[in-house]
Amino acid sequence: MQYEAPETLAAAVELLAGTSGQARILAGGTDLLVQLHADMTDPDLLVDIKKIQELREITNVDGRFTIGAAITGAELGEHPDVKKIWPGVVEGLELIGSTQVQGRATIGGNLCNASPAADVVPALIAADAIVHVAGPAGRRQIAVEEFAIGPGKTSLAKDEIVVSLSFPPRGERASDAYLRFIPRTEMDIAVVGCGISLERDAHGICTQARVALGAVAARALLVPAAAAAIIGTSLDAAALDNLAAAASTACSPIDDKRGTIEFRTDVAGVLARRVAKIAYDRAG
Amino acid sequence: MSKYHVTTTVNNDEFEFLCEPTQTMLDVLRDELNLTGSKEGCATGDCGACSVVMDGRLVCSCLVLGVEMEGKSIETIEGMADGDDLHPLQQKFLDHAALQCGICTPGVLVSAKALLEKNPDPTETEVRYWLAGNLCRCTGYDKIIRAVMDAAKEMRAA
Ligand SMILES: Cc1cc2nc3c(=O)[nH]c(=O)nc-3n(C[C@H](O)[C@H](O)[C@H](O)COP(=O)(O)OP(=O)(O)OC[C@H]3O[C@@H](n4cnc5c(N)ncnc54)[C@H](O)[C@@H]3O)c2cc1C
Ligand code: FES
Ligand code: FES
Repeated sequence: MQYEAPETLAAAVELLAGTSGQARILAGGTDLLVQLHADMTDPDLLVDIKKIQELREITNVDGRFTIGAAITGAELGEHPDVKKIWPGVVEGLELIGSTQVQGRATIGGNLCNASPAADVVPALIAADAIVHVAGPAGRRQIAVEEFAIGPGKTSLAKDEIVVSLSFPPRGERASDAYLRFIPRTEMDIAVVGCGISLERDAHGICTQARVALGAVAARALLVPAAAAAIIGTSLDAAALDNLAAAASTACSPIDDKRGTIEFRTDVAGVLARRVAKIAYDRAG
Repeated sequence: MSKYHVTTTVNNDEFEFLCEPTQTMLDVLRDELNLTGSKEGCATGDCGACSVVMDGRLVCSCLVLGVEMEGKSIETIEGMADGDDLHPLQQKFLDHAALQCGICTPGVLVSAKALLEKNPDPTETEVRYWLAGNLCRCTGYDKIIRAVMDAAKEMRAA
């Protein structure tokens, strides 16, 4: 195995495009090193992207945030402005692993590992984030809900790199939240995850919403019917019932040791209610 | 497989070593640099026995490659005591009997030190969450938490 740590995106893309063998991108390594250790992957080339400046920056241009793909959970959590505007995205990333894992695990790595249970992904989908990708043919953008195509599979070509995630500008009364259900309080994989981003008007009416669910299908889902259930309401009891029903209806989960189909479907509705209320209160 | 030449700083001493690209920092610390204080409990980031601080960040050394140590500054358990003078955390672990077999102890100490440098006055809940990535099969954690809280108190008074 060859290890390279290029300092420019162009050099990284060239390395990936130029290799005849199998190449893997290394960010924080908290998924990849576990796979290497388990002999689940045996690449010929590792391209460490952490020295590429553009991937390591958080910028804010007129209220539009861009977060570099190689920003870690610990770094995002320390950024005062992102936390104010996108608390749900920050809490999604900060839920990953322990303090030690937070020091390494990146936002791009969580997205690119493409686990259906990845914690930051529902929050990113709710936030309407755009994935910025660089490859030999230049740059392209992908809506974050289109990025994963199945467990462990993304829409990236083998020589493409996620550069950053960008976020839309935020209104005055807008916020987001993310919660997951796990049987413990720390260090576990989501049985269900739910991210909701919403905006309300001066009268407390929800004017815009995006609802996303994790771990209830082969990839994290955007659920427009769940958003429609709360738009135009002040999150009254009937709206929350409709939200929960729409969230449960969207689920097509698997049965596994951490949760049955029935349990996951039910919990998706319960979480959607709780997350909507948190986002709504934060937005007020 | 060709080896990589790496220059790094561990506990303020400069080291040079050759390593395979597949070796982890934990492998390098233990097998190349003879710093065997960091332990391998799982090699998958779950147990924290291999905890070290790299450029100011607490990490699992089993989830970092040896080649990634190039140009970095690493702090391990071997750098914690000052000669024969134990760090207050180490002394409090003895006083409170916060260890039994001791396998988790280097990692717990390195993690706790990183916490107290960031937050000298943590609540018990903060200590428990911060140390959630350090598993201990022996103590049941209570004595560890008490030792850390007591060390924090002593260090604040000093
Ligand atoms: C103890 C432990 C606990 C964990 N807990 C959680 C948890 O609670 N929730 C959760 O969601 N995950 C969890 N994880 C999984 C993991 O930490 C996260 O998925 C993390 O965000 C991965 O980021 P990374 O930077 O370490 O990725 P890496 O391991 O470096 O990469 C992951 C994958 O993405 C690819 N990749 C990385 N960056 C890019 C990029 N910019 N462009 C293209 N491809 C890229 C890599 O090639 C690899 O396939 C845990 C892992 C451990 C070890
Ligand atoms: S050996 Fe590194 S976390 Fe267990
Ligand atoms: S003292 Fe034995 S594992 Fe902690």
